[in-house]
Amino acid sequence: MKLFVSEGNPHCLKALAVLELTGVKCDVQHVNHEEKVVPFLSRPILPVLHLPSGQYLFSSNAICQYLFDVSKKGSNKQSHQWLEWEATELQPALMYALHLVVVQGKTADPAKGLEAPLSFLEQSLSKKTTPFLTAETVGVADIVLWAALYPAFLENSLKTSELKSTRTWFERVGVLPACQASVQSVFKGKGVEALKGYLQKQPAPHGQHTQPRDTHTSSNESPTETEDSDHHTTEEEIEVAAQIWNQRIDCQSKPERKHPILPEEGKRNVLITSALPYVNNVPHLGNIIGCVLSADVFARYGRQRGWNLLYICGTDEYGTATENKAREEGLTPQEICDKYHAIHTNIYKWFQIDFDFFGRTTTQKQTEIAQNIFWRLHERGFLIEDIVEQLRCESCQRFLADRFVEGVCPFCQYPEARGDQCDKCGRLINAVELKEPQCKVCKQTPVIRSSKHLFLDLPKLEANLEQWLDQSVSTGDWTTNARNITRSWLRDGLKPRCITRDLRWGTPVPHPDFSGKVFYVWFDAPIGYLSITANYTDQWEKWWKNPEQVELYNFMAKDNVPFHSVVFPCSLLGAQDNYTLVNNLIATEYLNYEDTKFSKSRGVGVFGDMAKDTGIPSDVWRFYLLYLRPEGQDAAFSWADMALKNNSELLNNLGNFINRAGMFVGKFFEGCVPQVVLQEEDKRLLAQVGWELKQYIQSLDKVRIRDALKCILNISRHGNQYIQVNEPWKKIKGGDTDRQRAGTVTAVSVNMAVLLSAMLEPYMPTVSETIRSQLQAPPATARFMLQGEGNFVCSLPAGHRIGTVSPLFQKLEAEQIETLKKKFGGQQPEEEASKKQAKTVTQDNAATKASAPVAASETSVKADPELVKQLVAAIAEQGDKVRVLKGQKAEKAVIGAEVAKLLEFKKQLTLAEGKSPEPAPQKGKKK
Amino acid sequence: MALKELSSLEKFLGLKKPNKYSTQGDRKVPVLQSNSGPGVVGLVTIATHLTLEAKKPDLLGSSAEERAVVQQWLEYRVTRLDGCAKEDIRTILKDLNTYLEDKVYLAGNHISIADPLMYYGLHHIIMDLAVHEKEKYLNVTRWFDHMQHYPSVRHHLPPVVVLRNRVYTSGHH
Repeated sequence: MKLFVSEGNPHCLKALAVLELTGVKCDVQHVNHEEKVVPFLSRPILPVLHLPSGQYLFSSNAICQYLFDVSKKGSNKQSHQWLEWEATELQPALMYALHLVVVQGKTADPAKGLEAPLSFLEQSLSKKTTPFLTAETVGVADIVLWAALYPAFLENSLKTSELKSTRTWFERVGVLPACQASVQSVFKGKGVEALKGYLQKQPAPHGQHTQPRDTHTSSNESPTETEDSDHHTTEEEIEVAAQIWNQRIDCQSKPERKHPILPEEGKRNVLITSALPYVNNVPHLGNIIGCVLSADVFARYGRQRGWNLLYICGTDEYGTATENKAREEGLTPQEICDKYHAIHTNIYKWFQIDFDFFGRTTTQKQTEIAQNIFWRLHERGFLIEDIVEQLRCESCQRFLADRFVEGVCPFCQYPEARGDQCDKCGRLINAVELKEPQCKVCKQTPVIRSSKHLFLDLPKLEANLEQWLDQSVSTGDWTTNARNITRSWLRDGLKPRCITRDLRWGTPVPHPDFSGKVFYVWFDAPIGYLSITANYTDQWEKWWKNPEQVELYNFMAKDNVPFHSVVFPCSLLGAQDNYTLVNNLIATEYLNYEDTKFSKSRGVGVFGDMAKDTGIPSDVWRFYLLYLRPEGQDAAFSWADMALKNNSELLNNLGNFINRAGMFVGKFFEGCVPQVVLQEEDKRLLAQVGWELKQYIQSLDKVRIRDALKCILNISRHGNQYIQVNEPWKKIKGGDTDRQRAGTVTAVSVNMAVLLSAMLEPYMPTVSETIRSQLQAPPATARFMLQGEGNFVCSLPAGHRIGTVSPLFQKLEAEQIETLKKKFGGQQPEEEASKKQAKTVTQDNAATKASAPVAASETSVKADPELVKQLVAAIAEQGDKVRVLKGQKAEKAVIGAEVAKLLEFKKQLTLAEGKSPEPAPQKGKKK
Repeated sequence: MALKELSSLEKFLGLKKPNKYSTQGDRKVPVLQSNSGPGVVGLVTIATHLTLEAKKPDLLGSSAEERAVVQQWLEYRVTRLDGCAKEDIRTILKDLNTYLEDKVYLAGNHISIADPLMYYGLHHIIMDLAVHEKEKYLNVTRWFDHMQHYPSVRHHLPPVVVLRNRVYTSGHH
C-alpha cells in the first residue's frame, strides 16, 4: 500500500495525519503536484492511496475513512455527515477564498463566502458537550476538518480569530502528535509559501474570472482533442485550398434531364435499381431507408456529379400474397395492385424519391421478357422437370405455396418459418420440409400432393456464376453483408430452384406442358427491372444488354441479397443474351423501431403513409433515416433520438450556421457579399472544409451514405466554431481592420453555406433548394464544387446580392414527440387489445387501423386527456361521497347505489385512457 | 430533483415506508426529517443512512477497501458531477469511461449504492449525448444502460435509448 502526497496540499495533510494517528502501515511517497498517479483520471489529483488490491483512492476523505476503517477505529453517521459537509460546503468556499487571498493577493472581503460555513461550524462546536466533533476522542471528522481549515488559520486575513469555539477545537486537534508530524511533512516549515505553490497548480475555482495563468492549463484540454474527428491539415493542403478558393467556376449548369435517358459513349453510364417494393402492403420506414431512399441519395449524388444515370423502380405485384390480399378486401388482384401502386407512388413522392421511372411488374412487357428468358433457358437446357411434393390445404382447396404455409424451421427450429425461407436463419426451405406445417389461412394441417414443376438448374450454372462473381465482387462495391450472404450460399452448394407455381396471379408459364402454372415470384420479380425499363423506353436493351458500357447498382435490404447475387444472375447468365449483371450490390441491415421490430399487425412503427401526418417535414425524415441508415449493423429508430438529432444537428448546428452566415450579409453588409482578404486562419478553415468535402465524395462514391452525411455536419460545425471565434457581430462595430475581418468571415461563411447546399442536395433536396434560393446562388456552382475530388470555390463573389434569409428548421418539442411516440408506439399493455381489434375491424384501411391502438370492444375510444381529467375529478368527488355515507353509517342500499356510480366512472376512465376495461374490482363490491 | 432521487433510492433499497425530506440552503441540500434528533443532512449521508436502515450494508461495500471505493464515488457524485461546469462534462465522462473499462459496477463486481446515485446524477448528461458520443463513452453507456435496466433503479427517470450496435464503427484520427 502506498500513499502519494504533495507539498502544501491540505488534503495530503488529512491523509498523513490520519495515517500517523491510526498507525496503519503504508509507504509514503512525495511527488509533484502535477504527477498523474491515478491512470484513469485526466487531471492530476493528490493525495492518492494505492490499495493492495490495485484500486486507487483519490478522494482524501475516502482515504481517511479507509484508514480509520482498517484500524478498526470506525466512524459513525455523524462523521459521515461532517465529511460530506466538508467536501460539498466547506471546500468550495475555502478554495475560492484562499485563491483570492493567497494567489491573487486580494484582501477585501475574501472571507465572504467562508462566513456561512465557518459560522455553522462555530455554532455546532459551541453546542458540543464533547471535546471533539463526534466523540470524546478524536475522530476522522476532526482530522479532516482540521486539515481543511489549516490553511485558513495559517492565513491571518481570513477572520478566523473571532471564532472562539472553532479556535479552541482547532488547537486541541492541532497539538496531537499525528497532526504536528503531518504539518511538518506537508508544509516543511514553509507555511503560506508551500500553500501558494499548491494553490497555483489548481484550476481556478468556480465563480471566479481570472486570467488564465501560465502555470497550469492542463495538457488534455486542447480543443482539438474534444473535437475528436478533426483532421490535422498540412501546410500543403492549406495552400491548395486557398488556390481552389480563387478558381473560376467553369462548368455549365445542370443540363435538363431529357427522357429517355440512354447510355452514351464516353460517359459514365450508371443504372440504379431499388428492390421492388411488394404491393400488398404500405412500406414502413425500414423499407424506405433500405432501398428506395438510399438509392435516391446515390442517384441524386450521381446526377450532381454529372453521370449519365437512370434510376428505376416499381411495385412488385404478382404472387400469392396479392391474391390473398385481394380475397381479404373483396377485390380482384389487379384492383389491389392498382390501389397499392397508387399508395406507393404517393408515399415515395412525399419522400421526394426522384425516380426516373416508377413502374410495375404486371405489364405486357413483363410477360414478354420473362417468357423470352424462360425459353432461352429452356432451349439451353438449364431447366429441369420434376414432380414436386407439395403441400395442399384440403379445406382451402389449393396448393400452399411459400407464404401460405408456416411451420418449424427444419434447420434452426424457428417456429414461424415460412414455406420458402426462414426469417431467423435465412436458409431457403422447401415447404414440404417444414415441421408441423400449417395453412396460414385456416390453420389446418395441409396434406402432401404431387405436381409437375420446372427447376432452374443452378448447379449447372454454378461455375459460370462463380467466375462472374469473382470479377464483380473484386471490381465493384459490394457491401460486406452482400458478400457474406452470397459466399455462404455458394459454400452450402447450389440446388435446383423451382421456378413455377400452381397459382393464377403471375406471369404465365408459356410451355404447353405447364399451362395453368405461373412463374415463381423470385424468378419473375427481378425481371421486373428489365420490363419496367422496357416500359420506360423501347431502347431498354441499351441499358440491359450492355455490360461493357453500363454500371449496374442494385439497392436492397439484406434479405434480398441471394436473389440478386445468385438466382437472378444465374437466370441471366443461362439465357446467354449478353445481359448487364450487377456490378455493385448495396444491401442495408434492418432498421428496428424503438428496439423492437416494425409490425403492421401490432401497429408498431411508422409507415410510409403516416410520416406526412406527423407534421415533420419530409426532408427531416430523410435526414434522420439516412443519419441512422443501418450500414454494417442493424439500427433502431427512436423518437427521442429523432428530436435530439433535429434539434442538435439540424437546428443548432447546420441550420444555425447557414442562417447566421446569411443574416450577417443581410444585416451588416446590406445584403451584398463583402470582400474577402484571406488570413492564415481562413485558409486553414478552407483546407479543413476541403478535406471534409473530399471525404464526402470518397464516401459517396463508395455508397457510404451515412459517413458522407457526417462530413456535411462537420463542415457546419467548423463553420459555427469559426464564426464563434471571430465574432463578426462585434468586429463590425470596430475600426477598418476589424470591419474588414468581419467581412472576410461573413463572406467565407456564406460561401460555405453554398457548398453545404450542394452537399445537402442528395439528402435534403428541399432544404438544399431553399438555401440556394435564399442566397441566390448561381445554379452551376453545385455541380462544379462536386467535380473531381471536390472544389470549395468562392461562388458568391464580393458584391453578390443575396435574397431574404429565414430559418431552415424548426424545433421538435418534447411534447410533440411524446404524442407521436404514443401514437405509433403500440405500447405493451395495449398490444393484445389492438391485435384483437385488428382482426375484428373490416380490412378497409390498414393504415388508420394500425395508427392508433384501439381498446374497447364495442366503442373504439382513443385516449382523451380532457375526458380523463374530468373523470378523475368525478371519481375523487364520488369517492368522498361514498366515504361520507359510510362514515354516517347510511343504509346499505344508498351506499350501494353510490358505489355503483363510482365503479361506472372508473370504468369510463379506463376506457378514456385507452386501456381495455378490466373486470370491476372485487374490492369495491365486498364493502 | 434530489428528493425524487431519494424516493427512487428508497424503492431501490426496498424501504416500504417513505421518509420525509426537505432541503436547505441555496444548493438545496436534502435533509431527511426525523422525529428524534436533528435530521440527516446531505445526499451521501442520507443514502448511507438509508442503506443501513434497509439492512443492506453490503451495498456500502463488504470490505474496508470496497467501502472506501463506494464512499469515494458517492463523494465524486456530489462534488464533481453535481453542478459541474459544462466544459468539465467531457472530462468526467472520459475518466469514468476509462475507469469502467474493466468493471461491471463502480465498486467492481458488485452493485453498490454508488451505482444508482451516479446513474441519477448522470442521467441528464447521458440524455443529451448524441449517438456517436454515446459510442465514444462506450463503457459509461454500457454501465448506464445496465443501471437503467437494473431492477428497481430507474423509477422517476425516462429511459435513454441506447443502441445495441455501434453505428460508428471507426472514426478517422
